[in-house]
Amino acid sequence: MILFIEQILNGVQIGLLLFLLAAGLTLVFGIMDLVNLAHGSLYMMGAYFAAVLTKLTGSFFLGALLALPAALLLGIVVEVVALRSLYSRDHLDQVLATFGLILFFNEAAQLVFGVAGMTIPLPEALQGQIQILPGLPYPTYRFVVVAVGLICALFLYWLVARTRVGMLIRAGASNREMVGALGINIARLYTLVFGLGAALAALAGLMAAPITTVRVGMGENILILAFVVIVIGGIGSVRGAFVAAFLVGLLDTVGRAFLPDILTLFINPIQAASLAQGLSSMLIYILMALVLVVRPAGLFPAPGR
Amino acid sequence: MALKLTPTRVVAAVVLAGFALLPLYAEIVGNSFVLSLGTRILVMALAAASLNLILGYGGMVSFGHAAYLGVGGYVVGILAYHGVTSAWVQWPIAVGLSAVVALVIGALSLRTRGLYFIMITLAFAQMIHYVGVGLYDYGGDDGLTLNARSDFGGLPNLDSRPQFYYLCFALLLVALYLMYRLVGSRFGQVIRGSKSNDARMHAIGFPTMRYRLAAFVIAGAVCGLAGVLLANQADFISPATMHWTRSGDLIVMVVLGGMGTLMGPVYGALTVLALEESLSSLTHYWKIIFGPFLVLVVLFGRGGIAGLISRWERRK
Repeated sequence: MILFIEQILNGVQIGLLLFLLAAGLTLVFGIMDLVNLAHGSLYMMGAYFAAVLTKLTGSFFLGALLALPAALLLGIVVEVVALRSLYSRDHLDQVLATFGLILFFNEAAQLVFGVAGMTIPLPEALQGQIQILPGLPYPTYRFVVVAVGLICALFLYWLVARTRVGMLIRAGASNREMVGALGINIARLYTLVFGLGAALAALAGLMAAPITTVRVGMGENILILAFVVIVIGGIGSVRGAFVAAFLVGLLDTVGRAFLPDILTLFINPIQAASLAQGLSSMLIYILMALVLVVRPAGLFPAPGR
Repeated sequence: MALKLTPTRVVAAVVLAGFALLPLYAEIVGNSFVLSLGTRILVMALAAASLNLILGYGGMVSFGHAAYLGVGGYVVGILAYHGVTSAWVQWPIAVGLSAVVALVIGALSLRTRGLYFIMITLAFAQMIHYVGVGLYDYGGDDGLTLNARSDFGGLPNLDSRPQFYYLCFALLLVALYLMYRLVGSRFGQVIRGSKSNDARMHAIGFPTMRYRLAAFVIAGAVCGLAGVLLANQADFISPATMHWTRSGDLIVMVVLGGMGTLMGPVYGALTVLALEESLSSLTHYWKIIFGPFLVLVVLFGRGGIAGLISRWERRK
């Protein structure tokens, strides 16, 4: 039971990281109609920025705080230089060009930061464990990740549903010509949204960094997961992304944690471990296929598309 | 039949003649590496040509085409592992299984449109990728080395580099000819029609879903054959063959060469692999050049290489 609660918490944590990544992706797609494969590269660059800045400043908090504006800036540069002229193109062109960007960022990261990868040591304050329930200690840092993720989700909800910028974002998603005709600078709104998405991706990347290592290609697998999330949730819907991120996160962790044990009942442990690894990675894709077969536009289809 | 010498035809003839003469060149300069690179180019051209049928002519952006490379390759690898090396057994099973996999994926995916289609094909390919990872008895994540190449019991002998090369060349030519006939046929017209306006094709009475599915299955089967060749060429098969970036590479080849043109995939495969080879000898970080190059191709190079040639043709 204890193990189960722990795994649920892990699933929630992965779900929140996925949501941070998927939120930017789904906003960019919903508003600009842009498929951005390079979103995972921003996740990776966020982690690298944080690693380097942590080393420079000697503090993880400072490094993380500085990495966010750096990623925002990088996002804006990428948008202005490469992606802006892709909005009117079809999805195939966008897939291809952003695929090119992935190659570029991967190699650039290797060139600048080295092949070996980097680690971010956790500050002392975050190293301990918290007793959530009697007999159930949980690492403080993972707890912080969950908290920050939830705060970000609330912030996004507030931003999109309650502010003037959010109103413009929603309006831009349903009818961009009309918003432009009403005198809103659409190009600047797009850049802003893209930068916001980049910062969220970077936040997810730098929060994942102390748990895993910072390495080239770290954004690719999770990018595919984030795409699965936004497709399940309905492309363009932040609420859908939130629900789907939790579904995927929970399914992934629970599958990973319990499938080997279940399979060991039938086959020998080594085979079971290998099969379970493959099977648990497959689970979310099976979920996505099922969702799409039943609801071809996702669970929460965004209105107006 | 008097063929007019247009640039499109001249370039196609020159490239194909170049492929035909490559073993001779390799023999003369005594460089057998060129031949294995050439074989790889031909195999990838075959895979790209199969993708071109659905992507270029049919407008179905499949982001999971590398899955069939893996299916074909794993059938060869697993059968060889159990001592079945006869090509007459291996190849039909590989192609048949690829077709069945494509039938299942296509039947489910073709219900969706646009980005959803891109993503669901990607998801299915990832599933098959993880099936490969889960094949513990056959190497799991590390892959499987082929003990022996497919055996035709005589000619062609795949252990002979020139013979293997010419087999790939012949298969590519046959595939291109069949594509040419297929695209020009009624079937091809329906596929192309449903690319530009599916609803209208449907309204005039074509069950477009069935046509699109048939094209999807043909593409999967041909790509499975390419997978068979690829595994034999490398003497190795691993889940990495099915990684989603490999599907991306195939799309790159098709678009760079020229979507919806007969020779486009050949030009694309040739360009990508030649660039990879020459740039990677220049710098280890060759993708730092190749990535932005792709972005530029998308932004400015409409129609790819084949489009470039035909634009030049029209200007004259």
